[in-house]
Parts: sequence; C-alpha cells; structure tokens
Amino acid sequence: MTTIRLKIRRRERPDTSGYWEEFDVPYRQHMNIISALQAIRRSPVNAAGETTKPVVWESNCLEEVCGACTMVINGKVRQACSALVDKLEQPITLEPMSKFPCVRDLIVDRSAMFSTLKKIRAWIPIDGTHNLGPGPKIAPSVQEKAYEYSRCMTCGCCVEACPQFNDRSPFIGAFAFGQVELFNSHPTGALNKYERLDAIMGQGGITDCGNAQNCVRACPKQIPLTDAIAGLGWETTKRAIHKLLK
Amino acid sequence: MAAKPQFVVIGGGLAGLMTTIKIAEAGFPVQIFSTVPCRRSHSVCAQGGINASVNTKGEGDSPQQHFYETILGGDFLANQELPKGMCEAAPAIVFMFDRMGVQFNRTPEGNLDFRRFGGTLYHRTAFAGSTTGQQLIYALDEQVRRHEAGGLVQRFEGWEFLSPVSADGPRCVGVVAQNLHTMEIRAFRADAVIMATGGVGAIYGRSTNSVNCTGSAQSACYQQGAVYANGEFIQVHPTAVPGEDKTRLISEGVRGEGGRVWVPKDGKPWYFLEEWYPKYGNLVPRDVASRAIYKIVYELKLGVNGQPIVYLDVTHIPRDRLERKLAGILEIYEKFIGDDPAKIPMKVFPGVHYTMGGLWIDDRHMTNIPGLFAAGECDYQYHGANRLGANSLLSCVYGGMVAGPAAVVYAKGLTNGAYAPPPSLLEQAARREREYTARLLKMDGPENPHILHDAMGKMMIEHVTVVRHNKSLEATDSQLCELQQRWQKIGLPDRGGWANAEVLFARQLYNMLQLARVITRGALARNESRGAHYKPDFPDRNDAEWLKTTKASWTADGPRLEYEPVNIKYIEPKLRSYV
Repeated sequence: MTTIRLKIRRRERPDTSGYWEEFDVPYRQHMNIISALQAIRRSPVNAAGETTKPVVWESNCLEEVCGACTMVINGKVRQACSALVDKLEQPITLEPMSKFPCVRDLIVDRSAMFSTLKKIRAWIPIDGTHNLGPGPKIAPSVQEKAYEYSRCMTCGCCVEACPQFNDRSPFIGAFAFGQVELFNSHPTGALNKYERLDAIMGQGGITDCGNAQNCVRACPKQIPLTDAIAGLGWETTKRAIHKLLK
Repeated sequence: MAAKPQFVVIGGGLAGLMTTIKIAEAGFPVQIFSTVPCRRSHSVCAQGGINASVNTKGEGDSPQQHFYETILGGDFLANQELPKGMCEAAPAIVFMFDRMGVQFNRTPEGNLDFRRFGGTLYHRTAFAGSTTGQQLIYALDEQVRRHEAGGLVQRFEGWEFLSPVSADGPRCVGVVAQNLHTMEIRAFRADAVIMATGGVGAIYGRSTNSVNCTGSAQSACYQQGAVYANGEFIQVHPTAVPGEDKTRLISEGVRGEGGRVWVPKDGKPWYFLEEWYPKYGNLVPRDVASRAIYKIVYELKLGVNGQPIVYLDVTHIPRDRLERKLAGILEIYEKFIGDDPAKIPMKVFPGVHYTMGGLWIDDRHMTNIPGLFAAGECDYQYHGANRLGANSLLSCVYGGMVAGPAAVVYAKGLTNGAYAPPPSLLEQAARREREYTARLLKMDGPENPHILHDAMGKMMIEHVTVVRHNKSLEATDSQLCELQQRWQKIGLPDRGGWANAEVLFARQLYNMLQLARVITRGALARNESRGAHYKPDFPDRNDAEWLKTTKASWTADGPRLEYEPVNIKYIEPKLRSYV
C-alpha cells in the first residue's frame, strides 16, 4: 500500500518545547490534510513504529469557510481542509501558525483577532432587531465590491504572512483594515466611519503597515486587502488633517 | 433568585446568537458557550440563501404561500403554529439582516435579489453570493460583539457543554461545561438555559455537517429526561460530493440558477427529474430528488460509469452568470475535486444533511424540562418530515427570536427566592462530571473509539437514510446495542490533562450511540412513508395512524416511544405531489 509521509511540529503544552514527529499514512485518492490527520488519530503510531499521543488540531466546516483549520503546510499558511495531498510535495510538513500562542500541537489561540474586531467596532450599530423595514438600497456594483471583503473568515493567514505582525509589535493586521473598509463602505456603517478610522490611527494602526503586500497573496479568499489599506491610508490622512484643523 | 435573572445559551451558531441578542436587548446578562469561536459555527456552511416572501419579482408570492409550501414540503408532520409565525416574520428577518449590513445580492434598482429554491415555484430566496450562512452568522456575531463591548454578553468560546443541571421539580438551573484547552470542568448557574447546538450529522460518520455537529449536547439532555422528537427524520440532500473526511454539499442554489441533473442513457443525457416531475423539474424537494437518484442508481442501474454518481450540470450557463451568482459553490467543487464545473458536469450523490427531529419543545421553545429551551436545528419544530431548502437559516433565526424572549418571560416569572438552587447542587453536578471524566481517562480496554464511530456511521448510512426496511432497522438497533457494549471496553490513547480531544470524543461517542438508537427505533416503529422517511414495504403516507409526532424518552432499556397528535389547525393535510 502506498503511504504518504508527514512531518509534524508538535508541542505538549504552551510551556514545553516543541519537537518534530513523523508519520506514514495510507494514501487515498483525493485525500486532504484533514483526512491524513484523522488517520493518525485513528491509529497514533509514528513512522518509527512507536505508539504516540494522537496529534490534535482545530477544524470544523472542512469546506474552507470557517477558518478553523488554518496551519502552516509545507511552509505556507493555509487551511488544512483544502490542502490536497496530491498537490503537495513530500514529506509534508505541518506546523502551527507562528504568530499566535501555541496551545498544543497544531492548535493556536487566535483570540487576539477577535479582540481587534471589538476594538475597530466591526459592526453596524442598528437601532434594534425589531422590524424597521428594509435597509438602504445598494447598487449591485457596490454590493459586489463589498461582498469581497465580507468573506473574511478571521483565519489569520494575512497576519501569519505579515512581517510587521509579531509579538514585539502592536500592529493589528490586514484583516482589520478589510473589515473597516467593509463597514465604512456600507451606507449605514458610514454613519460611524470616524469611530472606525480613529481606531486604526495611531500605534499599531494603518501607518504601521510596511507595505510588504504578503497579506493579499496569503488570503485564501483573495480579499483585496491592499486596496483597503490604500483607501484607508488616504481616509485616515484626511481625518488626521481634519482633526488638526479643528 | 439573584437580583437579575441569568441566562446561558449553548451554541454560537445563528440560533444561539439570535437568542443571545434578544435576551441582551431585553437588558439581561447572557453567557454564551461555543466549542468554536462563534463565527466558525456550522451556520457558515449554508450556501444558498434564506427564504422570505417579499415578492420583489411581482409573482404574487406571500407569507401564506410560503407557509403552505413549508407545511406541504414537510409532508404535514410539522405542528403549524411556529412555521406560520416563521413565514410571517421572514420578510422582517431578511430586512433586519439587510440593516445589519449583510451583502445580499441586489437587483438593478438596488433592492434585494431573490432566487428560486426547491419545493416552490417562486423566487423567494435572498442570498449573499454563495456564502449566505457565513454572511448571516457574521452579522449576528458582530451584533453580539457589540453587546459584549456593552458588558451584557460574556463569551465562553472553546467550551463544551457536558450536561444540564436539574433541581427538584424538575427544573433546569444551570449547566456543566468543560474548557477544551485547560480541561477545567465548571458549573454555571442560570435561570434559563437555551440549547442551540445544531444537527447530529456525526452520527452518520460522514455528512455535510461540520465536525462539531455530534448531537452530544442534545443527547445529554435526553439522557437527563428531555424528550427527543421525530428523531427518525433525517434529510439526505440530493447533491453532495462524498469525500474521505466529509461529504461536501453542492447547494440547491445551483439548481435554482438553472443547474440540471442527468445520467447518460442510450448515449444521450437523460434529465430524469425534468421528465418525472415536469412542473418542478430539478427543483423538487430534497427527499423526492434523493429518492429519484437512488432509483436511477440502484434500481435502474444507470449511475455514471456504474457508480453511485449522477451529473449536476451547469456547463450551459454563461460563465459570467456563474461567477456572479454561484462562485463560492463552484469554487468548493473545483478546490476539492479539481475539475472546473463550468466545463465538466459535477459528479454528485445524496449525502446526510439535516436533522429535522430534535429536542421536543412547545410553542415557546421550552422543552418538557422547565427552564430548558431549545432553538435551531437541535429542536424538532418547523420542518416536519422534510425541510425545504433555504428554510434552515430562517428557522434558526426565528427560533432564537422566539426562544430568547420566551426564556426572559419564564425567568422573570420565577417566584423570588423560592426556586434558587443551593450552590451545593451546582457543585455536586460539576463534581459528578469531573469524576466521570476521571473514569474515562482511566479506560484502557482494547476497543478504539474511532473504529466504533466508523462502524456506527457506516451502518447508519446504509440502513437509516433514503430507503428503510424493518428487518435491517432491527439489525441496526441490535448492532448499536453491541457497539454500546464495546464502548465500555474502549481504551484512550491520550490520558493527559491538557487539550485532550480523545476524552471529549469518547464522551461524544457514548452520547451519539444513545441518539442513534432514538433515530433507528423511531424509524422502525413508523410503518409508513412520509417525507424523508421512506419504507418500500409501506410506500404511502398513513395519516390515520401516523399523523403524529414521535416522542422518545430515555430509559435504561433504550428509548421509550410515545406519540402525540400534530397541530393541523391552519392547513388540512392533502396528498403531497410535485408531478
């Protein structure tokens, strides 16, 4: 039986050191990284034939829409569910994302991203969920542009790939700018656009972007993050001048 | 009772989030628990859209028509009160999402655009590209984040519900939950608990559901006395793509935009759905389409290349239209299979998709245990014997809109102090779960829980899906009992106390086996065919004997089944036909 070789970066707990462990997994047609990990869980024996603890990882939808199973596969950050084994060079290396605290094996803690969403006020402050009729009319062309930003699944690929985002810097990351662009471009969201602009000005904000443009290349949903950064760069400049003159 | 009632919501999908918002809007604090960050919940997988009879296309559609088709689609098994309310509320629900900033597709005038879905002749489904569920859950997650910033909502993401806590009465007074990383087990007090824990796809091994849709939470409630209703009704979606790790759905939206189902016959494409059902064609309800595909493959032996495969074809639709309306859906196919659906017809087969049954609830969404509510896919209302496409997002949101306020009314009505549980009761419940976990961690038998799970899934898919025979249902039930015995002899490959997924899985598997029996016994008992439940030996619907809800209660000897009449006060049952 053909097998594939996986080399997995493991860690027992946040405070222990990491190590590599290799596994051979039976090959199946169309298999993805998740099914390889499931095979290891079913039979946790490493390539040396030793019984080991099953590898743990995060996943949920397995359709590349929830963002849970993001990890670094052969050096590239992406979702494990849509990483097909046939398209990967072997041995396949799996590592947890490096920009977030590692919990165990391939699981990391991305709660910092959700805190950022709170900080940038990534919502439309509606008056309530009771019936107030339809929202504003929107041209299809405007909707189509905004839709691109609305697909951000907070997976973290953009920040993993970003040289500015690390534990020595307060930079909030490109996904946040995509979300500000999304809400500020909506007719109702625009009513509070200054709150969001203010939230991305100053330390860790948009001026900390180093323009490496890795984010837009790493985004699995091809969100035009650099367009958002360019547009918001100009908006925040105008806002700063306005505040200065006030 | 404390000064202000406290609420616990279990599940961070659409139903749980909507419930949370409604309670927070009423001014009460809510703790919301989810195994994953809320925005990664299974609601993200809903692609096609959400139904609302707004009649933008001037077709004469109305909420009454939507209600009628929902009841007809469910083969008259749904109690009619809540679906009526849901269909009437639907336009306001879609408008609410519109105001929240959901990027729905638009008409040239800038209005919401609507597409067609199964079981209707109207354009009734609002959609945001092909990621409608994702967009809706983000909108609610954002609103919950706003209430979180305002101090009313506290999130417990990365926590798994273990069991409800009951006081004498009985009455639900809290929950026990476990942190998935630290493995800490804690009891949380609440005046009302709302379960919003989704479907049970994992009981079938591979389904279109997300990994965390195990039904474990519902099962834990069932084992503590909550009634589980209509368990035998499981929707098998006609167009899915089987994979090693999961079965991936190809949305009904594809057929709504003109996709055609066919198999080669005498060297030519045979559009069998269009021929058999000229009026609805490719958009017959899901149970009808799935049975037709089974007939093609297993009876007529016309599956593509002799395999259990039929074609779902969009190659005749202009590429720009595909990209505008179906990009996300077709992208999934291309990503996971490698073929471009715009050039090569997709290869699909029916896959387990939706749980119509669930925790029994009354018209206020309360289970038979006072203080314990349920909303979303984990409850049994709304869809009867078969769910119509694009009614799932709607029922989750509407369910939350009913359950949240109902829980508030209930909690406010509790007599001050009279029901306050002693703190020791909660501590005892937490200790019980800690001791149980400790016992699980010590299990070192020869059985592998994952192998048992595979065996259960394989059996359930083979015998308890599209075509059901009493003989094999009986055999399945006794094999499930055997699997329960084998579960007692499992060994855990990880005994650690940190982020131990195995100990959680062992618990989930135990709970899944309990619910698998509810599904199987319910199917065995129901000697008729209705909606998704089809028995060749009893091919017709039998209203005289079976127009009733199955109610399963846990006993040590297995599920005890009872029945209650269906509320049919608005629409008289009639023959369901889509020909």
